[in-house]
Amino acid sequence: MRAVFPADKGRRAFLQSLGASAALAALSQFFPLKTATEIFAAGGPIEKKDLKVGFIPITCATPIIMAKPMAFYEKQGLNVDVIKTAGWAVIRDKTINKEYDAAHMLSPMPLAITMGVGSKSIPYTMPAVENINGQAITLAIKHKDKRDPKDWKGMKFAVPFDFSMHNYLLRYYVAEHGIDPDQDIQIRAVPPPEMVANLRADNIDGFLAPDPVNQRAVYDGVGFIHILSKEIWDRHPCCAFAASKEFVTETPNTYAALLKAIIDATAFAHKPENRKQIAEAIAPANYLNQPVTVVEQVLTGTFADGLGNVKKVPDRIDFDPFPWQSFAIWIMTQMKRWGQIKGDVDYAKIAEEVFLATDTAKLMKEVGLAPPPATSKTLVVMGKTFDPAKPEDYLKSFKIKKVV
Amino acid sequence: MKTASLTGRAAVVSLALLFSLLVAWHLATRDTGTAQRMDPEYAKLMGVTATQGKSAMPGPIDVGAKLWEHLRRPFYDNGPNDKGVGIQLAFSIARVLTGYLLAILVAVPVGFLIGMSPLMSKALDPFIQVLKPISPLAWMPLALYTIKDSSLSAIFVIFICSLWPTLINTAFGVASVRREWLNVAKTLEVGTLRRAFTIILPAAAPTILTGMRISIGIAWLVIVAAEMLVGGTGIGYFVWNEWNNLSITNVITAILVIGIVGMLLDLMLARLTRLVTFPE
Repeated sequence: MRAVFPADKGRRAFLQSLGASAALAALSQFFPLKTATEIFAAGGPIEKKDLKVGFIPITCATPIIMAKPMAFYEKQGLNVDVIKTAGWAVIRDKTINKEYDAAHMLSPMPLAITMGVGSKSIPYTMPAVENINGQAITLAIKHKDKRDPKDWKGMKFAVPFDFSMHNYLLRYYVAEHGIDPDQDIQIRAVPPPEMVANLRADNIDGFLAPDPVNQRAVYDGVGFIHILSKEIWDRHPCCAFAASKEFVTETPNTYAALLKAIIDATAFAHKPENRKQIAEAIAPANYLNQPVTVVEQVLTGTFADGLGNVKKVPDRIDFDPFPWQSFAIWIMTQMKRWGQIKGDVDYAKIAEEVFLATDTAKLMKEVGLAPPPATSKTLVVMGKTFDPAKPEDYLKSFKIKKVV
Repeated sequence: MKTASLTGRAAVVSLALLFSLLVAWHLATRDTGTAQRMDPEYAKLMGVTATQGKSAMPGPIDVGAKLWEHLRRPFYDNGPNDKGVGIQLAFSIARVLTGYLLAILVAVPVGFLIGMSPLMSKALDPFIQVLKPISPLAWMPLALYTIKDSSLSAIFVIFICSLWPTLINTAFGVASVRREWLNVAKTLEVGTLRRAFTIILPAAAPTILTGMRISIGIAWLVIVAAEMLVGGTGIGYFVWNEWNNLSITNVITAILVIGIVGMLLDLMLARLTRLVTFPE
């Protein structure tokens, strides 16, 4: 038990939520944490050097992308091809098909895949968060006087995917303003690259999207940034680096090397002084295919808001690999809140299984970062506290929801 | 002499149309609009469409320059996500030809079977009628799920969409071979196989090739959409990638290239059709 949960608090929360014997039985079914820590200690030759990692061209994928041109993969002895992919459903299917060894995903996706929501159930792991913050709600210029969400009734919004932080944050945000996201507005899934074109064509009124989509809408004069996601929930997770449990168990050394490269890149991206250099590395056609100034505005946090102001928000996007298990639990409460999952959810167990916090903590130490002592923390979303030990109480506290 | 002058006059009209189209296009997109008054620091962060009110639609000169740029170095390779137009086209054409040839290998024999046997024709008809109108892209999620390979899935989609025109045309061509010819064959006691190859095949060949010509056209239409969906490589991916960058110039360039390749494929099949056509 101690090997799996080196942090006391996490272990206690886990035991509490399940009962000790049930917890042991549950743990014996699924592998990673215990063995994973041993594997890292042992080290060994890399099983597979040539890897393919899929990504969606957005700044959330910064560590995954930049690790290629800035040679973070090479440093770990890996030959990685990062492959641009058209949408989240495709990246999911290509990863499940093993065309990709690992991929950039939205942090709710590995949870959804593991639970078999929206696809067949395959045990998935998410050993690292890519970015925190870095999203925004963008509205079409014509709505520049509708800054109060109460006026948004009947409007059409886009989010990148049903299982995305964007979907949950947008729903949370409008619900806090008394708008029912299922009744009063329309939310549809549109792949990020198609969002600006749709906004320009007036197909949608706005979106909660990853960057550089928001900044690109501003750059082309079709939209303005209504609110940064950081103002909804500061330091929320967004995208993630994900791999199947099979990849983790069958090629543990490759997995460790790959994860180390990603965490190393994430640490590099965390430093504000490196951001300009990163923007130049990831803007070309091979990666994001965007004007450098757009990417730079996103990464440096000095940006035009589309209404004539230059704003300075250095932590508009930040990079922190640690996969807090409380993030996973929060995501699952929202999945349940909006009817994506039904019935009893074993929040803590799934969080432990998918968000591989211990692996990350160990590798973070190796690259000179300080991992937090616990794997769970209390969160504050729009002024409201979330206690990961009491997800059901949290869920009950919402007036607007779709739970039956 | 008469026809030559007709061709000549048609060419003149074509050129005149092209010229007026280009001029109209140029005039429509030339307008730079009024420059917006902006704080210079803010303006530096914005694109030209926002700062100068310039139309996002490129003019013919921009597109021509872009086209020249692509044609000058069609085979560059800057890694897996950024390849020259030539390489992308090669990927697309390879996919189309593979799927198309597989479809022909299936469609022609099955078409023969349907055309020669009224029983099979009736029995298979409901299947064909249901499967034929399905948009090939609707197969894509199913293909990705079952075949588990995006490249093969794209080929499968091409296969399924180019199957029907050839199949139906073959069946029709085979069924409508003139009775007299078949009767002559019967009197001469020609075997089934020999009858199929020496009488029906040459007689139905023009119809079959017309079906194949329709098939290649559809296959080329579908590949672009399929590649936009799964990405990776191909001219469809190129369009998607440039859409992602909101580069209308590149998208128009790609549209032109797609049109020209489609025309060449069609011309090839048209040549083949002419080879097998016979005067009655």
